[in-house]
Amino acid sequence: MNATGYFLSHLWLIPLFPLISSAVMFFFGRRLSKEAVNLFCVGSVFLSFLHALGAVLKLFALPVSQRVYQQILFPWVTPGAMPTATGMVNFVADWGYLLDPLSCVMVIVVTFVGFLIHVYSIGYMAHEGGYYRFFGYLNLFMFSMLTLVLANNLLLLFVGWEGVGLCSYLLIGFYFLKKSAADAGKKAFIVNRIGDAGFLLGLLLVAATFGTVRFTSQGLPDPDAFSGILQTLGGMVAQHQIVYGASVFTAIALLLFVGAAGNSAQIPLYVWLPDAMEGPIPVSALIHGTAMVVAGVYMVARMSAIYQLAPVAMDVVAVVGAATAIFAATLAVVQTDIKKVLAYSTISQLGYMFLALGVGAFAAGVFHLMTHAFFKALLFLGAGSVIHSLSGEQDIRKMGGLRYTIPATSVPFLFATLAITGVPGLSGFFSKNEILGHIFNRHQMMDRYLVLWVVGIFTAGLTAFYMFRLLFETFYGMSRVSIALEGHIHESRKTMTVPLMILAFFSIVSGWLALPILWGEESPFERFLEPSLRGSIAFGRHTLFAEYSLMAASVAFVAVGWWLAYKLYLDSPKLHTKLAESWPRLHNLLIHKYYVDEIYDALFVNRIKDLSTALGFFDSKVVDGLGVDGAGWLVRRFSRISIWWDKWVVDAVVNLLGRFPKFLSMPMRMFQTGVFSTYAVFILIGLAVLLGYYGHHVQIFVRTLH
Amino acid sequence: MPIGHYLFLSLALFLIGAIGVITRRNVLIVLMSIELILNAVNINLVAFSRYFGDVAGQVFALFIIAAAAAEAAVGLGIIIAFFRNRETVLADEMDLLKW
Repeated sequence: MNATGYFLSHLWLIPLFPLISSAVMFFFGRRLSKEAVNLFCVGSVFLSFLHALGAVLKLFALPVSQRVYQQILFPWVTPGAMPTATGMVNFVADWGYLLDPLSCVMVIVVTFVGFLIHVYSIGYMAHEGGYYRFFGYLNLFMFSMLTLVLANNLLLLFVGWEGVGLCSYLLIGFYFLKKSAADAGKKAFIVNRIGDAGFLLGLLLVAATFGTVRFTSQGLPDPDAFSGILQTLGGMVAQHQIVYGASVFTAIALLLFVGAAGNSAQIPLYVWLPDAMEGPIPVSALIHGTAMVVAGVYMVARMSAIYQLAPVAMDVVAVVGAATAIFAATLAVVQTDIKKVLAYSTISQLGYMFLALGVGAFAAGVFHLMTHAFFKALLFLGAGSVIHSLSGEQDIRKMGGLRYTIPATSVPFLFATLAITGVPGLSGFFSKNEILGHIFNRHQMMDRYLVLWVVGIFTAGLTAFYMFRLLFETFYGMSRVSIALEGHIHESRKTMTVPLMILAFFSIVSGWLALPILWGEESPFERFLEPSLRGSIAFGRHTLFAEYSLMAASVAFVAVGWWLAYKLYLDSPKLHTKLAESWPRLHNLLIHKYYVDEIYDALFVNRIKDLSTALGFFDSKVVDGLGVDGAGWLVRRFSRISIWWDKWVVDAVVNLLGRFPKFLSMPMRMFQTGVFSTYAVFILIGLAVLLGYYGHHVQIFVRTLH
Repeated sequence: MPIGHYLFLSLALFLIGAIGVITRRNVLIVLMSIELILNAVNINLVAFSRYFGDVAGQVFALFIIAAAAAEAAVGLGIIIAFFRNRETVLADEMDLLKW
């Protein structure tokens, strides 16, 4: 470990800094000034970022085959011997950190974007109450997320997974006095929990099958002493103990995917994310745009070795991803709240990532994760800047023409829109086309993937439409801002606009990592990730012509989307309203989000409420009635016996003891008449007795007289 | 005169006195009965003194007379004190010590 230097051997510091500052907020936050809170919380994230950067650079310096570094802090869960599919195993889950190319990408994205969002929050939350609480929770989130991405085993990853779910709940319900916010927090946590149940089952199945939950044993100072999933899997496959497509792999993959669907808002567990917009903007940006929601993607990518051995599960992932992508895109089209549009956009883009993972393009999915982190964070923060400038207005129907008044927000937002829609040259273009290209490739091996490609490209068109709609409604055209707010429109502080510019820069530039595909080579990003995603299904590279044609096709769809948005919203301002009126049922269906929430309520939520009512009834009537009241009745019954015993047995003895002397003394008492005559009688009787006793002397004496 | 006659008289007086003590309601009569008993004893003592020619009997009778007088005075004093308290001289109404 000494050869690896400070940053790698101090990998454990990265999650620790935000944990410490979160603890400081917990204990002392109330007494600290805003500047002190800033120093602690934003400073700790900055320190994490520096350490992450240092560690990644150190890892880069190593040769490609050795770019895995693990450190185990202590053996954490040691239940001892455990029966598994391969025999008895000494199961150990340790508290350790792993840095390999995949976690490099994740940790840089999380710390860098996280840091920018923290800086932004200084400005955004300046006028809100609970300043220290916000940063405390946000830092706790950073700790959980970093634990998640740096964990070296599934169990520690799950700890981070749960932690981010908790922080999501805490931060969505940050304005807990508002009922809708509190409800949204609850909804998020409960739906997440459903996913977590699946994840836990998957985790346990992994442990039972492989005897370990550690991802790999490579990178440890003594790899043979430790077991890793990757190595055990390799051994099992080599010895033909397990085959490709075995049902245990499908089960593991599907169960883990249930967890990912919960966290990353895929069908059917996406319903919490639109409601999660109740939280403050930085929360939406960090948790629901950049970090927590990509945990599922990261986890699936991390377990790619297992997924590749379960083709059925991969298909499920791909189909769910594609379905979610287009489903959410159709919903984003009619949303009027700027944050809700972005929420559905996030769900849709996550669907893209899972689609990529499902067809075996793990690296492409992670690439899109990275570019998406930049432009989605930018979109959310930009939206926050708009809301801030308009003193709280979130309805895009009441915006418009803002690019003249708040250019420092609108220009980065424009770049983010260009990036997410996939305009050539910006990051989204490269990452999306990587995905679509890989799908098309797979289609050449199996025809059914064509459907997925069609869905993907159609979604790209829809994405362009709703994003440009958002852009036009918010920033272009005539101002529809209410008169009251008109005069107060002001540009946001530097602490808010500078992160926007930095993110805009990366939204443009981060895609250039894949530039070499333009001239037919493999994307350097994919090559970088190869050690982590070992054994990824080899794709035949399609010809350059095919590559360019695919790009042209997607650009065409984007252009159509842009043109439609322009026509409906900018060119003739009322055209979209007329369109909505001419198809009212469809419009209604979309506005009400396909009534999914209502269906869930009827099917599950109300049924569970009924169950709890029934149980409550049982509790009050049976448990309280029989148990509690009944116990009371029994006690009263028994107390009657007790009373009888006390009265007739115990008291009888006492009374007997009392009456006995009385009884004994009764004869004596009779003598005490208090009447003199009686006493006189006794005197005389006594005299007579005496005379009789000693009387014989008198007899003798009287005889002598005569 | 045979002494028996005197003894019989003394016995008879004693019994009358005793019955009076036991039976009478009025405590003054009881007191008088007590005097009767004492005097019966006196007669007994004097009879025996005459018979045996020993004057000790008569001396003892004199003592008894003195004691009887003193005791009668005290007794009367008690009765008067009681009467002042309880307004009664009847024995069966003096039952404060009754159980």
